[in-house]
Amino acid sequence: MTFKTTLLAATTAPLALAGAAVAQDALPSATDDTLKIGLVYTLSGPAAALGEQARNGFMLYADRVGDLGGVETEIVVVDDEQRPDLAADKARELVARDEVDFVVGPIFSNVLVAIHRPVTETGTILISTNAGTSNFAGEECHPNFFVTSYQNDQNHEVMGAYAESEGYQNVFLMAPNYQAGKDSLAGFKNSYTGGFAGEVFTELGQLDFSSELAQIAAFQPDALFTFMPGGMGVNLVKQYDQAGLTSIPFLSAFTVDETTLPATQDAAVGLLGGANWAPDLDNPANEEFVSAYIEKYGALPGTYAMQAYDAAQLIDSAIRKTGADLSDREALRAALLEADFDSPRGDFSFGVNQYPVQDFYLVEAVKRDDGFYGTSVREKIFDDYVDNYAANCTME
Amino acid sequence: MTNLFVLQLLNGVQLGVLLFLIAAGLTLVFGIMDVVNLAHGVLYMVGAYLIATFAAATGSFWWGLALMLPAAVVVGLVLEWVVIRRLYARSHLDQVLATFGLVMIASEAVKIIWGVSPLAVPMPEILSGSVPLMGPLQYPVYRIAIIVAGLAVAAGLYVVINHTRIGMLLRAGATDRMMVSALGVDIGRLFAVVFTLGAVLACLAGALVAPILSVDTGMGESVLILTFVVVVIGGIGSIKGAFFGAILVALVDTLGGVFGPILLREVLDPAAAGQAGRMLAPMLVYILMALILFAKPAGMFGGRG
Repeated sequence: MTFKTTLLAATTAPLALAGAAVAQDALPSATDDTLKIGLVYTLSGPAAALGEQARNGFMLYADRVGDLGGVETEIVVVDDEQRPDLAADKARELVARDEVDFVVGPIFSNVLVAIHRPVTETGTILISTNAGTSNFAGEECHPNFFVTSYQNDQNHEVMGAYAESEGYQNVFLMAPNYQAGKDSLAGFKNSYTGGFAGEVFTELGQLDFSSELAQIAAFQPDALFTFMPGGMGVNLVKQYDQAGLTSIPFLSAFTVDETTLPATQDAAVGLLGGANWAPDLDNPANEEFVSAYIEKYGALPGTYAMQAYDAAQLIDSAIRKTGADLSDREALRAALLEADFDSPRGDFSFGVNQYPVQDFYLVEAVKRDDGFYGTSVREKIFDDYVDNYAANCTME
Repeated sequence: MTNLFVLQLLNGVQLGVLLFLIAAGLTLVFGIMDVVNLAHGVLYMVGAYLIATFAAATGSFWWGLALMLPAAVVVGLVLEWVVIRRLYARSHLDQVLATFGLVMIASEAVKIIWGVSPLAVPMPEILSGSVPLMGPLQYPVYRIAIIVAGLAVAAGLYVVINHTRIGMLLRAGATDRMMVSALGVDIGRLFAVVFTLGAVLACLAGALVAPILSVDTGMGESVLILTFVVVVIGGIGSIKGAFFGAILVALVDTLGGVFGPILLREVLDPAAAGQAGRMLAPMLVYILMALILFAKPAGMFGGRG
């Protein structure tokens, strides 16, 4: 029975793909002479800062080049308001009404899950510049889906590996009680084998961490690992500092970065995080990117901006490779897969699942010489790191 | 475990004095004026936004605090004059509807004026950092300052309520409102004073907590329910009841929130224990309320039956 099902699946899948390919040739978006790109980001609400960084990163490159790939370029920006249902509607509008060639975004994983199918199944190419869920990295990988950020687990695995290498035996874990929080702690445990002083799930949106900090102070763990994005992280970092707990190493992911550091400032200096890049990474492409971003927006870019900047570079490079021909989608996808551009993060290539293969670093929050608070590379943890789900991706 | 207990005791007292500042106004308004004011949490939020604005404008927490207090008086007076005054003769249901409407109007107004992003209030330099407590334990100076400030306000209120003429009127009003007005006291003015005093205390609570929390529009609703529990436990109209009720509720909440999951972790997996503990802590507060009301239906220090 199982064999038959597999056989059936194996024979129908290529047929379906072939059908899709035929349909793609008739795409209205592919036949006109302009390159249309839809940006879907969270631009309102408490997480607006993340979406703004990503939009700025993309526009920084697009504005400088003018016409991406030498084709007349039109960019439509939409706000998903961090609502998956709304995002799906807007993505359908982008594809059906605006006839975009690419959809770029979003910030949040739940939004990505909502817009993935409406975009990719029409033959439009979706480039995620932040969210990288495990399902689309593994069995549900898709030829029209590219990721310029990371697989969601990876930054947490970096911190797990760091805790392991430091020989910590007693780590206190803390995350908000929702899917990404649980995934984060699971990712940490993937690469850490020591013991735990405690594992606490807080309410999503909690702002006073006095109870949790009291537990950390009482248990005196070797280190704290936490995932507290946005405003939660700002409060946690400030209260951690006020509670005098800074002697206990603070390991985190998506908690101390260029979007929260303007609010936490000195309270966060010295805290550690895992990332695929930092503004002071030493290479010419990065120097150019960071100085251009500061000049244009008066702020330090974070990973959100860098990954969106790379998406713009990726589109530009691929269209140039195809000789500005948008009608041959097969060639366009092949050109995208080559990822022939200089990323500010240095090494960058795509794996079989079209997620990045890249290096990961331990980063530390610092006050920079130019007065900005930002992250700074301390050591490389993983080299050319492939995510754990790529092996499950067959693509065709 | 002792360390954790001591820390949580301090956290509990700190939350307790904050709750007291909010509950003191609520219990007076409810006890003396017989007005159910659901918008009391709004005043807490407004206090935080006011200090955020003034501190940002002047660059100093202390100036922000100094300017916030007269602004809070104005807010209290205007609110009493425009809305609350019209509710004295109405039924409790009308009061609930009107003040609930006020909550929604205020939240939207705050969003329009200050935007949706949370604001931060800088902590005064002298109160940042922490002091060694015992062994490796440290405690933030600012939280100690909140405890001290709250206790000072409580002591001040004690003197005013028990040893001044206005305090005598307040106590009399809480016990028998009709008799006080029959004796020729200008009840309208007394009500305005009571409401404004309550508003200033709630604003002060919001201002004190602003440097630890980020200031956002949801902060008022989160404390309002606990404050009502405090008022009911302490006895409606009793400042003394509000004080002991607030400390009791806060201690049960903070100690239960931490020791509940620790005990549960012995029998459940951490995610489930964390979740159950989170639900257990607020539940403990209501169980406490039920027990106290069972023993003393008017609350711990309730003057009226």
